[in-house]
Amino acid sequence: MSTQSLESKYTEEQYSEVDQYQPATRTGKIANYVDTRVGGTGMVREFGRKVFPDHWTFMFGEVALYSFVITVISGAFLTFWFDPSMASTRYDGSYVPLQGVEMSTAYATALELSFDVRGGLFMRQLHHWGALMFVMAMAIHMLRVFFTGAFRKPRELNWVVGCTLLLAGLGAGFTGYSLPDEVLSGNGLRIIDGMLKAIPVVGTYISFFLFGGEFPGDEVIPRLYSLHIFIIPAVILILIAVHLFMVVTHKHTQYPGPGRTERNVVGYPIGPVYAAKAGGFFFVVFGILALLGGTFQINALWNYGPYDPSPVQAGTQPDWYIGWFDGLLRLMPGYIGDIPLEFVIPTPWGGNSVATPVLVTFLPITALLLGLFVWPWVEAWITGDKKEHHILDRPRNVPGRTAFGMAMMIWYFVMWAAASSDLIATHFSLSFNDVLIWLRVLFFAGPILTFIITKRICLALQRKDREIVLHGNEAGVIEMLPHGEFREKHTRVSDYELYTLVSYESPEVTSARPNSRGKVGLLEKSRVRLNRTFFEDRVAPVSREEYLEALSHDDHGTAAELPAGSVAAIESKKH
Amino acid sequence: MGEHGNGGPNTGAVIKAGDGKSSGYAIDNPGLPPHRPRLADADEKAAKRAERQVSALFLISIIGTVMFFVGYFAVGVTAGDLEMLRLQNTLLGVGVAFAMLGIGLGVVQWARALMPDHEVIEDRKPLRKEEDRAEAAQTVNEILDETQIKRRPLLRNTLIGAALLAPLPAVVVFRDLDRSEDFGPERLRHTLWAEGVRLVRDPTGTPIRASDLTVGSAVHAIPETLREVSGHGDRLAEKAKAVVLLIRMNPDDFEPVTPGREDWKYEGIIACSKVCTHVGCPVALYERHTHHLLCPCHQSTFDAAEEFKVIFGPAGRPLPQLPITVDDEGFLIARSDFTEPVGPTYWERG
Repeated sequence: MSTQSLESKYTEEQYSEVDQYQPATRTGKIANYVDTRVGGTGMVREFGRKVFPDHWTFMFGEVALYSFVITVISGAFLTFWFDPSMASTRYDGSYVPLQGVEMSTAYATALELSFDVRGGLFMRQLHHWGALMFVMAMAIHMLRVFFTGAFRKPRELNWVVGCTLLLAGLGAGFTGYSLPDEVLSGNGLRIIDGMLKAIPVVGTYISFFLFGGEFPGDEVIPRLYSLHIFIIPAVILILIAVHLFMVVTHKHTQYPGPGRTERNVVGYPIGPVYAAKAGGFFFVVFGILALLGGTFQINALWNYGPYDPSPVQAGTQPDWYIGWFDGLLRLMPGYIGDIPLEFVIPTPWGGNSVATPVLVTFLPITALLLGLFVWPWVEAWITGDKKEHHILDRPRNVPGRTAFGMAMMIWYFVMWAAASSDLIATHFSLSFNDVLIWLRVLFFAGPILTFIITKRICLALQRKDREIVLHGNEAGVIEMLPHGEFREKHTRVSDYELYTLVSYESPEVTSARPNSRGKVGLLEKSRVRLNRTFFEDRVAPVSREEYLEALSHDDHGTAAELPAGSVAAIESKKH
Repeated sequence: MGEHGNGGPNTGAVIKAGDGKSSGYAIDNPGLPPHRPRLADADEKAAKRAERQVSALFLISIIGTVMFFVGYFAVGVTAGDLEMLRLQNTLLGVGVAFAMLGIGLGVVQWARALMPDHEVIEDRKPLRKEEDRAEAAQTVNEILDETQIKRRPLLRNTLIGAALLAPLPAVVVFRDLDRSEDFGPERLRHTLWAEGVRLVRDPTGTPIRASDLTVGSAVHAIPETLREVSGHGDRLAEKAKAVVLLIRMNPDDFEPVTPGREDWKYEGIIACSKVCTHVGCPVALYERHTHHLLCPCHQSTFDAAEEFKVIFGPAGRPLPQLPITVDDEGFLIARSDFTEPVGPTYWERG
């Protein structure tokens, strides 16, 4: 073993500088104090002027983050009064209609928060609106990421973190919804109990372990409470940290446009513009949620009464993000004709029951959620695209993905609408049976029609883009040619606009690749088939040749009037 | 970093080779468009106006905070006064909204109108440098070598074994989430109903005389023995299984009865479990003319005339029927417990 040298790779001056530096101003002194202890200089240098692209669609992730922060703040306030106990008590608060009624402590303290704690009702409503906004902003943010292809390499893992955040958000919402222990949330739990019991083999026991015995018992609310205020928020916080860390690592994506390339980021520096806009936006989101909490009543739990397994209200609705689970439960029929879908597997110990109508609803849920998680890899497999992407797709330029995404969205909306089938029926004076039957038809036909229609719209928009590139915009001026022909004048668009319209890849259909044994397997065949639906109908971007051809046919323009880039294009053609 | 703008220190976008400039697109990347000055950039008056707008928004925020205090301290809410509570809630909400929106919109407007709006170009760093990767791989190999884990498989195998077993207590320790004495699915087969148990009204607990029920009426009933169950949780759990709906129909409206159920009705009175066989909501809606029962949660529809057969919706089984008769005093009583488990289907139901 050789002796280690005591020579440092840093010079003595570099070490002693730290002690010698004398800040001149008071702020400088504070900054220096902190810096010499935690080393903040590097952070400021790294992040102070870091560039973030700006676009209104990049806002939804921020809305989700801010809604979460506001929900945590208002939720912390609620915990100081709310007691999640299911112990029985007699209500003696100031809401007269329920005075003297036997109820759980959880419900009694939720009422106390609403009527006897000043600002408690506002905080409860702010908390509920914040939670709705949190999940909604996450959903819209994910749609933006999906339709612009921001999930592609190198961001696949961050997409998975995002999907997990969405699930955690649903979990946070549902556990919170159940806490006040009134009739509405109790029936929600009862539905969960029924769904759990439908799970083969382990379902009954999962239900017993959740409720501490038979439904509803007196243990479930404290358990949901610890999930709601501790475990799930902790998971969400950690995931948000990972999510943002990865955003910094990858740098943000940007829309295509002049000056933007796969190798750069164009936007505003964090300090001051981006920080001001994003920071200001937190207050805007807070303000909007406060306005909702102050003026729109939500979950008026004093109207429902304490949970009792007997009563139920007609026309009740779950929180919006739970709706599609509930809608699915309604859509699936229990019988087809006179044939029941439930059946019993005969066994020596008396048979096991299969609750088909409930179990089938797990299929679309699993398909959608699982599909969400694995989509980046599915798409890369279909397209064979292994490249890094930092420039976003305009949705029209990827008709296959856009059409598929829209189809899935419509599928989701049908399930979601089904959760309100009774309200649709009563509001429009329809038979609720008819509404449900139509929704069942749409469940199957909706996505297919949407796929076809969306794809056509994308292709039409792409053709319009080509038209603009080749002939310019319609100027709204009709001119008469010397020989008497009338036609509309077109004005060429600037190079900057032009570049946005032509700078996209349009992959062609790839043919099947034989495997190592020289065979085209079933998997590869299905890949090629999917690849074909993705790329078969395509409108290619205008090529340089086509563009030059169009320019030379241009009666109106002369070379002198052409934008600079077009001149360069002509030049490069000559060489 | 190149900055594009007019009049800025680094005028002119720098687009480097290999970055899409010769991409084969119809035209080459023209670089950032020229910066268009805002009103406030060119005209000090406009800038002054923007400054006043932003301060006005900050002032609105101050007013909002004051409004909150007015709502909190000046509005007296006496017990049960919903109108004042509503007013207070509105003042608090609108106050906070103004306080927050004033600051938020003010700062955003400040950034939009007065802070520099020059777009800046920053290069992306490659996510990984090859030399870093090689160095990292070497470090990992050195660490592994130093642990000697490859040379000593006994260490590795026993560690794997221990690590696989160690988390199991963390799962097993949850076994006592359900500490009930009658643990297991068997308890789902039994309810409080038994021979001779009176049907009483829910929630008053008064017994029901058959002659009290008129044709077309429906009554929510529970077993008289429910009140003897001690413990809030246990009582709710028993009630959740035992709730029934009593219906009196015109005896001619009934379809032929399944053999064995001939004496389950008393005159035109029939009783069924109120727990939906779908996922367990209370089937609480009864339509007298069609004698249909509707579950408000998922619209399963049952026909009381046909022994609660499913005629629409997601339920997979008819509602279990409770055999009833009357006692010596003319009160309705159960003939026995339900003959099948009530509520949603579960795996062990059979």
